[in-house]
Amino acid sequence: MMAASEAVQRPPHARLMVVDATGWISDQPRSAFVTFLRRGDLVVANDAATLPASLPGVHLPSGSPIEVRLAGRGSLSPDDVRDFSAIIFGTGDFRTPTEDRPMPPPLSPGDKLALGPLSATVRRVLDHPRLVSLDFEGASDAIWAGIARHGRPIQYAHVPAPLALWDVWTPIAGPPVAFEPPSAGFALDWQVLAKMRSRGADFATITHAAGISSTGDPELDLRLPFDEPYRIPNPTAVAIREAKARGGRIVAIGTTVVRALEHAAACGQVYAGEGVATERIGAGSRLRVVDAILSGTHEPGTSHYELLRAFLDDSVLRRVTAELEAHRYRTHEFGDSVLVTRFPTRLPREEKIWQTPELAIGKPLFA
Amino acid sequence: MVTPLKTASLASQEHLQIAHFRNPLVGLRVAITGGTSGLGLALVRELLARGSRVAFVARGRNRVEQIARESDRAHGIVGDISVQDEIYPIAVQITGELGGLDVLVNNASDLGPTPLALLADTACEDLERALATNVLGPFRLTKALLGALAASAREGRGAVVLNISSDAALNPYARWGAYGASKAALHHMTRIWEEESAAEGVHFLSLDPGDMDTPLHALAAPDSDPTTLRRPEVAARELIDAIGATLPRRPEYERGAKQRLVGGEIL
Repeated sequence: MMAASEAVQRPPHARLMVVDATGWISDQPRSAFVTFLRRGDLVVANDAATLPASLPGVHLPSGSPIEVRLAGRGSLSPDDVRDFSAIIFGTGDFRTPTEDRPMPPPLSPGDKLALGPLSATVRRVLDHPRLVSLDFEGASDAIWAGIARHGRPIQYAHVPAPLALWDVWTPIAGPPVAFEPPSAGFALDWQVLAKMRSRGADFATITHAAGISSTGDPELDLRLPFDEPYRIPNPTAVAIREAKARGGRIVAIGTTVVRALEHAAACGQVYAGEGVATERIGAGSRLRVVDAILSGTHEPGTSHYELLRAFLDDSVLRRVTAELEAHRYRTHEFGDSVLVTRFPTRLPREEKIWQTPELAIGKPLFA
Repeated sequence: MVTPLKTASLASQEHLQIAHFRNPLVGLRVAITGGTSGLGLALVRELLARGSRVAFVARGRNRVEQIARESDRAHGIVGDISVQDEIYPIAVQITGELGGLDVLVNNASDLGPTPLALLADTACEDLERALATNVLGPFRLTKALLGALAASAREGRGAVVLNISSDAALNPYARWGAYGASKAALHHMTRIWEEESAAEGVHFLSLDPGDMDTPLHALAAPDSDPTTLRRPEVAARELIDAIGATLPRRPEYERGAKQRLVGGEIL
């Protein structure tokens, strides 16, 4: 697949590969997404806006220029902005592919960093020379102002023009808590939401602090995604229970929604509240909540691809990958999409409570 | 209509939650542009007095910091909504500091040429500045914040965008061309947005606060007698009542208040 190199969220030619629960694969225009929804379905999206998480600055003990990429924090609370985990790069900018970026100068606890109007201290070097926890100085409003005015959204070498925040905020973006955009949501705009409603499908949101997609280091990349705090509003939890009760499907917009809902449902049902998603979802995971996912196209080896293995048998996923290549789908944040339905064989075996009549083997789920 | 609070400025937030558990303004997350003078400042202070959390935007750092010190529920943001590149940094601070948004008040306004001038004598740059502040700025900021507002509506908290209008938006007053034309555009945009976003639960109001004793009015009509003008505090109370009347009642606060009463902490 080739990388989508233009920061256009909804290009008119965007494609959608639809994979139903029988393994039937079809190449569609992405504008047809809503026609695959049925009355009673519930579409759940991540309404996180994206932080300008890339902060250029100087490592004061060495005088070296650095780029700090904020990568995580403990909660979504507006006041909880002093402590972040972060990845630190040496000189250079986004035009250099992340994996070729030089290491930062050696970092030690107590090192001061000057990041424009912000001052930070390295509290701990985590178990990798690039990964640290940072303390920002000052009151929370001053830290918000510093990040908002000095930071830039994390950039991509495959998108040559510099990205601005309006390029990476989904139309439904709310609280700025994501470190990179929940880009499956680029497919949604207000017109699409209106069409969903007219088809009798409901729409709900969660807020999930989507983390960074690549650290430039294979060893660190293996640990992605990092822990991500999320919040499920009460009306969303209620809407999920109601949709399940009436036999509707839960359609997640993006991997972050799957991660949050499945973490929240570890005890069987989705309850409202805040949590921190810690698990990696993959071939061995049992999905309790999500019936289908609209996602970007992902290459084997990425954590996003691994997550799709929870929905599909590997043989089908290999066919999907081949079809994506054959139809020249575009990948990465601004690329084309897939709509994948969970295979019936991937249903939880012991817990049948949410098994819906439509999920019978051999019957196309999207009609 | 919501009954104005009598002792709001003296009451603690805790008291407000219990004594006025039907007040939809307690805990409300509000953003106001042009919040350090005139009507905007009166709106900031009245909302703080009624228990809301307020992020306000203005260009002058010193004034912003001074007014932010008036309450720990006030969040001052330095920015200029007429500048495209400042919109997203402002939006990050509003939704970041408040953790979301229930109400946006687009109040910041530009008069066009001062002293006011006939349209034929108005510099294009003055008209452009009025349009940037009174139309494009509110459009861009509303668009950047619409996701947060719609989320608030889905959660049952309600969502309102109040755009401050003027009778000059409807009546062709001589010498008010740049201001009147820009406010007419804002007024009509507000009405269309109300039509389009009702399904999302986000409500748009375009209200005229009347002629007030404010710095903007003094610029426009330096010879008028301030005692004949409305006090901005009075207009602010009416506008906030109109917002309150548009919001749903707040069941979470009612429930909280009842639990506390049953627990016997307050009786």
